[in-house]
Amino acid sequence: MPPPLLEIEGLTKHFPVTVAMFPRRRQGLVKAVDGIDFAVEAGETLGVIGESGCGKTTTSKLILLQERPTGGSIRFDGQDIGELSGPELMRYRREVQVVFQDPYSSLSPRMRVSEIIAEPLQIHTDMTRQQQSERVAEVLELVGLRPEVAPLFPHEFSGGQRQRIAIARALVTNTRLIVLDEPVSALDVSIRAQIMNQLEELQDRLGVSYLFIGHDLATVAHISQRIAVMYLGLIVELADALELCNRPLHPYTQALFTAALPAHPDEKRERQTISGEVPSALSPPSGCRFHPRCPQAMPRCSVEAPLRKDVAPGHSVACHLY
Amino acid sequence: MTALLEVRDLQAHYVSFGGERVVKAVEGVSFTLEEGETLGVVGESGCGKTTTCQAIVNLLPPPGRIVGGSIAFAGEELTRKSQREMRHIRGAQIAMILQDPMASLNPLFSIYRQVSEPAYYHRALRGRGLRERVRELLNAVRIPSPAMRMREYPHQMSGGMRQRIVGAIALAGGPRLIIADEPTTNLDVTIQAQYLDLLKELQDKTGVAIIFITHNLGIVARMCDKLAVMYAGKIVEAGTVRELFNAPRHPYTKALLGSMPKLGSKEKLLAIPGHPPDLATLPPGCAFHPRCPEALPTCATAEPPEIQVIGSWSARCWRAEPQEISATDATTDSAKDIHAAAAVGD
Ligand SMILES: Nc1ncnc2c1ncn2[C@@H]1O[C@H](COP(=O)(O)OP(=O)(O)O)[C@@H](O)[C@H]1O
Ligand SMILES: Nc1ncnc2c1ncn2[C@@H]1O[C@H](COP(=O)(O)OP(=O)(O)O)[C@@H](O)[C@H]1O
Ligand code: SF4
Ligand code: SF4
Ligand SMILES: [Mg+2]
Ligand SMILES: [Mg+2]
Repeated sequence: MPPPLLEIEGLTKHFPVTVAMFPRRRQGLVKAVDGIDFAVEAGETLGVIGESGCGKTTTSKLILLQERPTGGSIRFDGQDIGELSGPELMRYRREVQVVFQDPYSSLSPRMRVSEIIAEPLQIHTDMTRQQQSERVAEVLELVGLRPEVAPLFPHEFSGGQRQRIAIARALVTNTRLIVLDEPVSALDVSIRAQIMNQLEELQDRLGVSYLFIGHDLATVAHISQRIAVMYLGLIVELADALELCNRPLHPYTQALFTAALPAHPDEKRERQTISGEVPSALSPPSGCRFHPRCPQAMPRCSVEAPLRKDVAPGHSVACHLY
Repeated sequence: MTALLEVRDLQAHYVSFGGERVVKAVEGVSFTLEEGETLGVVGESGCGKTTTCQAIVNLLPPPGRIVGGSIAFAGEELTRKSQREMRHIRGAQIAMILQDPMASLNPLFSIYRQVSEPAYYHRALRGRGLRERVRELLNAVRIPSPAMRMREYPHQMSGGMRQRIVGAIALAGGPRLIIADEPTTNLDVTIQAQYLDLLKELQDKTGVAIIFITHNLGIVARMCDKLAVMYAGKIVEAGTVRELFNAPRHPYTKALLGSMPKLGSKEKLLAIPGHPPDLATLPPGCAFHPRCPEALPTCATAEPPEIQVIGSWSARCWRAEPQEISATDATTDSAKDIHAAAAVGD
């Protein structure tokens, strides 16, 4: 069996920070990502869900080589990317691309659409100008924009259209993995549906893999085959998307489901089961990091950190209840 | 009995470039709200939701102006009130909760000062009574250790906590109406759920009416009794939440509902093609026609009238038709109301 397209093992990112604490300043460590494992197969969408500050963006930056891990490994096509150099490193940078949340700040306002999309081609290929503009026209068409928009500037587009431009740019280099960091969170629902459908269609046609990061359960579950649930730098549950919807096991995942908004007024609604907010990643709680908010916490939960283990094929949970 | 709020044919425009550019942000909006009711207002960004609410409380930013219509609050016409009178109404009767709590909070003032202000001015509380009221309000919005927290400043709190402080300020004057403009858009899902539960609970306790502006139909399903769907400055469909979720009549309402991903379903989402029009250069006819999957030839030339579907359920669409009321029909809320009214009449 070939290795997964992307394989992450024990990935860790601790940020050293100086905290002002009376009467003196102290060094601390923000455990933004604290030893996570997952894999993304070719042509697959892995969803990552969790509240702000749980380490989603740090994970994507590590994959995109925008941050250096403080531990663990990232493998692409079976090769450790920490060991890549020269043309192999270039190939990795070409084949793994990103789309960010904010379509207003992620596109350079002084560049034309054609330049924005062609930039990765200039960096990573030796295509001629003519070849580049043909490829730009091709990807514009792929994302549902007319090739005539190529000479325009980003401010001439709506949020949804800008996100299409960002996707076109991410696709232009025959990309194999796109990290989508909250790509639809800033868009209106109707436009969100356009972009989601577009992403699904592109995957069917091109076989590209997605790491789809979000905080809306229904959105992530809709587009993903499998979902990883993150809490304070850790993956607490990972399962097939439908399995997770039908049988959420971790108390935090269950809380996310209760918090999810109903699709119809008659849907039965339960009161939110957890209170309080996510604690600081600077001093995460001992034992299970969820224990101060967990309605099912037991004495051992505050001392012993649960390891993530399989409870069914492809369904793993990090919780002492299982 | 008069309704708590009755808005009739409200028009609010932004006029710029010496009158050359007129953004018709609100163009003939009518709705009523009873005591204790929750009305959801949904629609894509830029359709005029915020402008509608700013017009109600007379806080339109320049160059915005109310150019027509009436706003009756508890029987009094608000469009004719002076700024001074409106300031009193805003503190004591109608409260606002905005999307960004920092837009409502003053970073330089302590939490105590900000929460106590409406109670000081509008409920004439002083000294210990005032302190007690602030503690009570902070308790009501679930701020842990309120006695300590009230000495803090907004920057010392998380986003969820700040929004709860804004909730406490909104409640401080004992309002009859709260206008909440996307109050949970920036909050995490579990924090959002806590906040929505809290608003519902406070409403049950105080009987305050709420106008809930959102672009999220899930929030409407969870929170609201009635729903108004806005498109390009107009309410294109209005009725009870159940009516609109069960049998939407306007293609735009159908499209919004179809574009919502449903948990556990992989069904393809219904995307609305294109994007909302510029409110200064609206297309002729039905403003939705360039994006409407059901458009008829007339839709491009003539504007559809408001059709009463049944009871208070209405839709602005050439395809909408009044619903026949049969003796046995009790499938919709409005039909039930009509039967109930008839029964009382007998
Ligand atoms: N450069 C940095 N220095 C210090 N702390 C950081 C840095 N980047 C992120 N963090 C912290 O790491 C944690 C995870 O952040 P992030 O990955 O952005 O989370 P998410 O994307 O899930 O909201 C947060 O507590 C954040 O404050
Ligand atoms: N201060 C302003 N000056 C000019 N136009 C404005 C101003 N504020 C809002 N608008 C316009 O009015 C329309 C309605 O805006 P708004 O009421 O904020 O919509 P929503 O709240 O539904 O997103 C938009 O087209 C917007 O561009
Ligand atoms: S390990 Fe304990 S505290 Fe953590 S989620 Fe499971 S039951 Fe709750
Ligand atoms: S009036 Fe015509 S274009 Fe407008 S919503 Fe109805 S069918 Fe569509
Ligand atoms: Mg992030
Ligand atoms: Mg608004």
